[in-house]
Amino acid sequence: MPELGKYAVEVLSAYAASLALLAVLILLTLRRGRAARADLRRAEAEGNSDA
Amino acid sequence: MSIWTYANPVKFLALSTRVQPWLWAAASIAIGVGLVWGFFGTPDDFRQGSTVKIIYLHVPSALMAINAWFMMLVTSLIWLIRRHHVSALAAKAAAPVGVVMTLIALVTGAIWGQPMWGTWWAWDPRLTSFLILFLFYLGYIALWEAIEDPDTAADLTSILCLVGSVFAVLSRYAVQFWNQGLHQGTSVPVATGGRTVADVFWYPLLLSMIGFALLFVALVFYRTGTEIRIRRAAALRARAGRGL
Repeated sequence: MPELGKYAVEVLSAYAASLALLAVLILLTLRRGRAARADLRRAEAEGNSDA
Repeated sequence: MSIWTYANPVKFLALSTRVQPWLWAAASIAIGVGLVWGFFGTPDDFRQGSTVKIIYLHVPSALMAINAWFMMLVTSLIWLIRRHHVSALAAKAAAPVGVVMTLIALVTGAIWGQPMWGTWWAWDPRLTSFLILFLFYLGYIALWEAIEDPDTAADLTSILCLVGSVFAVLSRYAVQFWNQGLHQGTSVPVATGGRTVADVFWYPLLLSMIGFALLFVALVFYRTGTEIRIRRAAALRARAGRGL
């Protein structure tokens, strides 16, 4: 760990907030992507069963 | 092969599937190395102390906040002129990424500003134009969600994107337009190629900027694929509902 001196709280909180926001963005993106794939598979299956 | 080939959703998804593993890997490496190098391997600034380490997050996120809007502008114009659905969906897909980049730039800027300027916030031209850009992002996302017909939503959000581009330009050039306020001039002037950042800070910063740009592209590819699948599922159900 580098010596951050009197600004340690500012530097660490900037990194924590940024990485948390990026992590939330990536997780929500992946979750929505998986849900969309599953929903498309269902819609295609419904179409095939109707035919 | 023309770029318009990828206006076909199937061809776009095939390209996206091929390039995404490389994009995610390159983005992870560039951001990981850039941030670790910047955080652990660079010295304190003689005036700003260790707060200079915030630059590796603040500058790349601000850069992508503005460039995401420009990417949305280009794809919105393609939608308005050529009516390619993939371009409208790419603009829609980019907006949440842009809003997070803008939020990171605003938050890290406030955290950096407090010890350096003695305030979290000032109604400075660059800060204010960035806040307005953030609000435009929120408005853009809300407009997409508020309109049921996807083509109408694409039309109206494209117009909103054109209007918001004024603030994307202001966010980048506010310091030059109004020579006032707390925020310093850009550290990496694109037009002149000159820079005010010392090499020891510049190289990890450059790597971090490349990493954020790659992450943006990877996320937009992935999210556009998601939007295409959502649209396709809705079309299949609509067709089945009509008994076709």
